[in-house]
Formats: sequence, C-alpha cells, structure tokens
Amino acid sequence: MGAKVNSAAAGTANYVDERTSIGGFVKFFARKLFPDHWSFMLGEIALYAFIILLLSGVFLTAFFVPSMTEVHYEGPYETMHGVAMTEAFASTLKTSFEVPGGLLIRQIHHWSALLFVAAIMTHMCRVFFTGAFRKPRELNWLIGFSLMVLALAAGFTGYSLPDDVLSGNGLRIIDGVIKGIPLIGTYISYWLFGGEYPGVDIIPRLFTAHILIVPALILALIGLHLFLVFLHKHTQYPGGGKTHKNVVGLPLFPVYTAKAGGFFFVVFAIVALVASVFTINPVWNYGPYDPSPVSAGTQPDWYILFVDGALRLMPGWLFGLPLEWEILGYTISWNILIPSLIIPGIFFAIIALYPWIEAWATGDKGERHVLDRPRNVPVRTGIGVAMIMFYVLLVIEGSNDIVASLFHLSLNDITIFLQWAIFIIPPLSFWITKRICMGLQRKDRELVLHGHESGTIVRHENGEYIEVHTPLDEQEVWLRVNYPNHKPLEIADEFNDRGVRRKGYKWDRFKQKLSRFYYEERVEPVTWEEYQEALHHHDHGPSAQGEAEAAEAQQADAQLTNEWDKQDKAGAADK
Amino acid sequence: MSTPENTPENEPQEGFVDPGLADHRPRRADVEPKANKRAERQVAALFGLSVVGTVIALWAYFTKDAGDGGDVATIQSVNMWIGLGIALAMAGIGFGAIHWAKTLMRDHEMVEERHELRSSDEAREGAIQNLKDGAEDSGIGSTGTKRRSVLKGSLITAVAIAPLAVLVPQIGNMGGDWNISKFRHTLWGPGVRLARDPDGELIKASDVTMGSVFHVIPEGLNDLDHHHKMVEKAKAVVLLVRLDPADMKPVAGREDWSFDGIIAYSKICTHVGCPVALYEQQTHHLLCPCHQSTFDVADGAKVVFGPAKRPLPQLPIAVDDEGYIVAQNDFDEPIGASYWDRLKGDGSSADVEEGSH
Ligand code: HEM
Ligand code: FES
Repeated sequence: MGAKVNSAAAGTANYVDERTSIGGFVKFFARKLFPDHWSFMLGEIALYAFIILLLSGVFLTAFFVPSMTEVHYEGPYETMHGVAMTEAFASTLKTSFEVPGGLLIRQIHHWSALLFVAAIMTHMCRVFFTGAFRKPRELNWLIGFSLMVLALAAGFTGYSLPDDVLSGNGLRIIDGVIKGIPLIGTYISYWLFGGEYPGVDIIPRLFTAHILIVPALILALIGLHLFLVFLHKHTQYPGGGKTHKNVVGLPLFPVYTAKAGGFFFVVFAIVALVASVFTINPVWNYGPYDPSPVSAGTQPDWYILFVDGALRLMPGWLFGLPLEWEILGYTISWNILIPSLIIPGIFFAIIALYPWIEAWATGDKGERHVLDRPRNVPVRTGIGVAMIMFYVLLVIEGSNDIVASLFHLSLNDITIFLQWAIFIIPPLSFWITKRICMGLQRKDRELVLHGHESGTIVRHENGEYIEVHTPLDEQEVWLRVNYPNHKPLEIADEFNDRGVRRKGYKWDRFKQKLSRFYYEERVEPVTWEEYQEALHHHDHGPSAQGEAEAAEAQQADAQLTNEWDKQDKAGAADK
Repeated sequence: MSTPENTPENEPQEGFVDPGLADHRPRRADVEPKANKRAERQVAALFGLSVVGTVIALWAYFTKDAGDGGDVATIQSVNMWIGLGIALAMAGIGFGAIHWAKTLMRDHEMVEERHELRSSDEAREGAIQNLKDGAEDSGIGSTGTKRRSVLKGSLITAVAIAPLAVLVPQIGNMGGDWNISKFRHTLWGPGVRLARDPDGELIKASDVTMGSVFHVIPEGLNDLDHHHKMVEKAKAVVLLVRLDPADMKPVAGREDWSFDGIIAYSKICTHVGCPVALYEQQTHHLLCPCHQSTFDVADGAKVVFGPAKRPLPQLPIAVDDEGYIVAQNDFDEPIGASYWDRLKGDGSSADVEEGSH
C-alpha cells in the first residue's frame, strides 16, 4: 500500500511541478534552518491567534447582522422580552442563545482577540530587548509595529459591533475625543458616524472595517513579515559557533513543521479551554446601547486601558489653570488632546523609529544576526523597561476603580499618586535597570576572571580561608566575552584646517550626544590579557572529572551523528 | 565577500577563539530502542486522545439539549462541553506532534551560511542599466526636451488628482448633511415637560423629595423613531436632584433657573461625553464613571476633580400650572465634550427652535 501512496504522491508532485516549478521552492524551504528558543514562539502565538480569529470570525459572520435597524426582542431570553434594540445586538443574542455552539465561538473569538494583542506586544518586547530590530531587520520592525496598531484597530472595531451599552459608551468616548481635534474634529465625527452621533451608519461601517479592511491589511502585512523572516533567516542567541554569518538550528521540515504546526493546535486548545470555561463579554447582562445608563467598574478590553488611563490621569485644571483654552472664541481641549492623541502619538512614534534612533547612536553599519543579551546593552534595556512601566502605569490608572475597590483605597488618591508616578517611575526604572544590567555585566567579568564559586572552603597553610573557584568552560567564557563593545562616536571637527564650517556637523554632533548617552558609561568585556593574567594567577587546569564528562559527551555525539548519517543514507537509497 | 562597510566592527575579542557549537547530548530515545518505542506509543496515544475530543464535541452538539435557549446556564453548559471537546481534539494533535518532534526527530543542530542581503555590484549595475534602458524606451529619459517634460508633468498631475474623482464623492456622502450646528440644539425648549427615563412618566415638583435623584428625558422623546430617539437622547438626558436651598451656592444670572432646591443638569459629561450617573447625596457630588470627573451639584456643577474642565450645562426649569416640572428653555450652550467652535454661533438665532431633527 505504501508504494501505491508513494507513486500517487510522486505523480501529483510531478503534475504540479511541471506547471509551477514548485520543486525549487520546496528544495529551498524544506530544510531551512531555524534556531530554537522559547522566546521565538511569541510571534508564533500571535500568528496562531490570528488564524483562530479568522476561523471563528467567519463563523460569526454567518449569524451577525450589521444593522442598526430597531427591533423588539422576541427571542427566548426572557429578561429582554420586548426591549427595543438594534439588529446588531439582537443578532448577537441570537448567536449566543439560539445557535448551538454560537456562544462558544463568540467566546473563542473574543479570547483569541485578547491573546492576539497580548502576544504581539510580548513578541515586540522580545525583539526589542534582544536587539533583533538591527540591520537588516529595521523594515520588518516597522511592519511588526504596523501589525500591532492594526491589531488594536481590529480589536476596537470588533468590540463595538454587538452594540451593547459598554461598546456604545466606548464609541461615545471616541466621538468625544475626535470632536476635541482642533478645526476638523466635528467634521471627522460626522464623517465617521454619517451625521450626528450615534446615527445609524456606524455599525455597518465598523463591520466593513472589522471583517474586510483591517483583516486584509493584517493578512498582507503578516505575509510580508514572514517573507522577510525567511529572507533574513532567523536571528540566534549568542554562543559557541554562532556568528553573524551563519545560522544554527533545526530544519523546517520535519522538525519545525511538527513543532510549530503542533503548537498551533496547542494554542487553539488553550483558547478553546478558556473560552468554554470563562465567560467574556456577556452582552445579555449589559443590555442594548442606550445613551443614558452607565455603570461603574466596567472595563474595556485590556488593550484599550492605556488610553483610558491617560484620559483619567490628565486633570482638567492644573494648579488653578485650565487645560481647556478658549482663544478668539475657539476651544482647544488640551485635557483631551494630550492624553488621547499627543502622548500615544509620541509613544508609538518612539517605538516605530527606535531602530534608527539606536543606529544613530552606535554608528553600526553591519548586519547583526546574533542577538544581544539584554544586560549587554544597558541603556536600551533601560529604555525598554521605562516604556513598559509608563504603559503599565497608564493601564493601572485605566482600571483605578477596580484597584480602588480591591485594595480599599480612595479613587482620587490613586489618580493623584499616579499623576506624580508617571513622571517619576519611568525615569527611575530606567536608571535602576541600567544599574542592574551593569551589575550583571560586572558579575560576568567576575565569573570569567575568577570562575564559579564552588562552595568548598579550604584553609591555606598560612591560616587564611579561601573558597575554591572552578573555572568556566570555554562555552561559558565565550558567551561572556564575545559581545559588541560599543564606544561613543568620534566625529570630525566642526571646522576644517582652513577654518570653514563643515556641512552636517550639527547632525553629527547630535548623533555623538546620543551615542554618549548610550555608551559613555559601560562595562567592557574581559580582554585576552586580563584573562591570561587571571588564569596564571589561579592556575587551575580543567578538573579530571570535567574532562571525563566531556569525553563521554563527545563519544555519544559521535555515535548519534553516525546514526543520522545512516538514516540519511537509507533515505537517499529509497529514492 | 562582504564589503568593508558591512563588516561588523566589533568582531570577536582578540585572543579568544570561538569554541564552536556546544557538544550535543543524545536523548534517551536516540540510544535506547526501548525508550524510542515508548515515545512512539506516547505520540500515538496523544493522537488517539484527539479523536476522543472530536467525539466529545460532536456528542455534545448532537445530544445535549439546549432547551428553548432561554436559560443561560443550560446554554453555557452545552457550549462548555463542545468547547472542552474541541480543546481536547486540538491538544491531542498539538502535544502529539510536539512530543514526536522532541523525542524522535533530529535534535542535533545543523549549520547554514548566511549570505549578505545586499545584491552584488553586478546585479545593481544591471538593475540601473535596465531602468535607464526602460526610461530611454519611454522617451522620458532622453535629455530633457520640452515636450517630454510636458508629458511628464501632465502625467503626474493627472495621476495625482484622479483619486479626487472617487474620493470626494465618497467622503462627501459619508457625513450625512454635515450640519454640525445640530450639536447646539436639543429637544428642550420653553414648556417642554421633564419625564422619567426610560418610561416617559412626567414628573411633578411634589414627586421630587429632598435628596432624590431623577434620570430625565424630555417629554415626547419616546415617540420618536429609533434613530432620532437615539440621537436626541444622546444630547437631552438630564439629571434632576433636590437639595436644601440653604446648601446651594447661587450662580450669577441663574437665580431663577431652579425651583425650591430642584435643579437640573445635563447628564452628558463635559469631558468626552459619557453619561454622568453616580450621585452622592452627602457631598452633592456627581461622578462620571468613565474618567471620574467629579462635579459639585450644589456649586453650579463645577468640576472638583478629574479631567473635565467645564461645569455641566444647567437646564433652566420651572413648574407649570399643573405642577409639572418644565424647561424654561434649551441649554444655553452645547452639551457634552468640547469642540473647536462650540462657542461660535451657528448663524441661526438662538431662540429659533429649528432643524434639530
Ligand atoms: C484581525 C483580528 C480580529 C480581532 C482582534 C477581532 C476582535 C473582535 C472582538 C473583540 C469582537 C467582539 C466579540 C464579542 O465579544 O462579542 C469581535 C466581533 C466580531 N468579529 Fe472579530 N476580530 C478579528 C477578526 C475578525 C474576522 C477576520 C472576522 C470575519 C471574517 C470577524 C468577524 C466578527 C464578527 C461578525 C463579530 C461580531 C459578532 C458578535 O459579536 O457576536 N472578526 N471581533
Ligand atoms: S467622560 Fe466623564 S470623565 Fe471622561
């Protein structure tokens, strides 16, 4: 039977290849190597969450009615009998209560949306802290950044679709923010809502955005993102044998096909499990949208909290001065513009442009394929932690009512505390993180020069007690000495020998300042001379036990290589 | 190979040598046939578990009775069983495949060279040459005769403005009638009675006891069709409270806007427009749940905390002959969030009650 299947497969392969020359692609992709590390799975989770969103989303489109026509509820859910609502809300109830499994799919869709955004953000943090955005991957960083923004857009448009009280209020806040935009705000609001808020157009329009425009853009950018990952080949963590010119890993087929493919099912399983046990967005409890009621303690989806927090944090009056100005009869609402547009704008701009900012400071023009250990770039790591803290503080403020009732604190005290904290904690955490990184670097130096503490104390003849240190093996040493030791940029003088001002000096000067900020203060890796001297000093050879172990490992290794060779040969003979 | 520019400057520290890949340690299943067989059986068992999951999901779908759909707990239990089935079906495949990869497939890392991404000089020159040739063929490239620059210019102009033909009508149609001065008017006007939200029952001054709170809509709102009802309600909702007149600080020019301690304010927050719904009797504070702007009802609804800057607009009220509370007039300013020209007139005189719907 096997032979039959094989010949059928060969026949099909031949048929397709003669029409597409796919053989070349398969040859190229099948044995492509991917380095192995748990942190490389974060992007995968985002991808899988998106696939789950597509699958569950298509299910939902079969039942959701994107319309704001009024109906009076007639369905089985007693509490809502006769209540006026839009078809959008009514169809969400119907999906939940009258379509078997419909509620489950709604929950799967919503949970995977939360996971999607969370995975994108953690993935972005991984890329940031390991420096995977450096040349040649800057453009892919930008694509990833756009995907993050699109994910927020997808989430928000989807969240608004059921037209319940919560999502309607969310839209009203958006409307208020848009109206705060000088000059054209009111017109943008009219454009979006098809007239006066809330109108009857917003749900159908959001629907088009949610199921067509945004997912199509996401899909296209994911394609581009992954194409570039293949083109660049994956980065790898530092270690023996790993350089900027090679890639060490396992082949796509079969290892990653099985691991990554399998992982998709695991992510799906986890989402399905959570969705079947934990209710999310029970819109039947909230009721249909009505501009009048609202209750405290209700939360938007977590990824919106940071904007909500910023809006809460910004006072309307600051030391007796208004933050809404009336100039020549026109109104400028800084209390809305700053938290909802300016601060997020700057925050996102820094993220988007970060690869270039750091490249100006390093002046590094080479391709970088070996990742940084976060400790080895203390300033970058510090900036990352500071930005995360900033974000987290806004998220906390965004749920300050929950925090207040949880810890029995006064709401206003939390806000006032955070109004100060937002200025103090991020810089402080930058400084602390930088110190910790440099401390770890010093510890690394220490280890390279003096070895591991063995825990054994011996007494010298002269009565002194010392602890025996075991030297690091060559892999451990290599990891700790082989990292880029960037120094502040040197730039040419402002004036040339004839006293003429040089063009581009100011720009260079800026880059130099930036560079000093990054690299003035640094811990240098151990040099060969220092290492030699330390070795001399200790003069411990490798222990006998260590050597025995190494020999054992080598032997096993040889045996295995042998076996793989045999299998490969057997495989080749089959063909 | 790599150009000088592309050589990472911080090459390995002098003196130290790259020890090469760490030694590979074989796994149990690599060397012990027994362990190998065991791993294989485990993988097969996991795949088998997945089949069980699928069966559970289908069993739940076909046999679990959701009733008529009116009972949330029953619905949730049906969905839970289907969900657990799906979870098991997926988990079996997933963990099976991963276990297979981890125990039985190669785990001995391989090495591949990277190639610089920059195209070779040759390819670059070829690309430039091709573009030059193409430009030559089109005639744009030929050294700037006047006719060609006209051609270029007209093409660029045409392409640049052509989208307007599509975009202007589309965007133009999206804003409805673009009459943004509608923000300034609500259903309130002289003599409009105050009614309870949501049932529309009218409110008599005698119903409003000390310390009570009413959520209020204008009389007749509920007779509108859904669309207009939503639009008008979003602007017209009001909160009515009664305080001890002794506690109230008078606001200049509004002395007769309230009645015997009964006072009405717009319920739409002046921050970004949430309904301000939480009233605290003791302090006379009104709290907006969205971003916690706090307004002092006893003091002209001034902001005492939070991101809002302006007091809530006050609705001037009186009591008519039959004892019902009525509005004296519409609000004297646009309600809700601030916007650019909210203080500018809309051209129509303020007392004309026109075109709000
Ligand atoms: C791109 C990533 C996506 C995200 C982040 C996302 C997020 C969301 C969220 C949070 C909801 C609210 C669900 C609820 O609790 O009721 C929702 C609803 C919905 N989504 Fe998506 N979604 C995505 C993609 C899609 C796709 C690709 C489709 C269809 C092709 C889709 C179709 C729908 C429909 C029809 C609804 C409304 C149904 C209902 O709420 O019952 N979504 N989405
Ligand atoms: S909308 Fe009321 S505080 Fe923001």
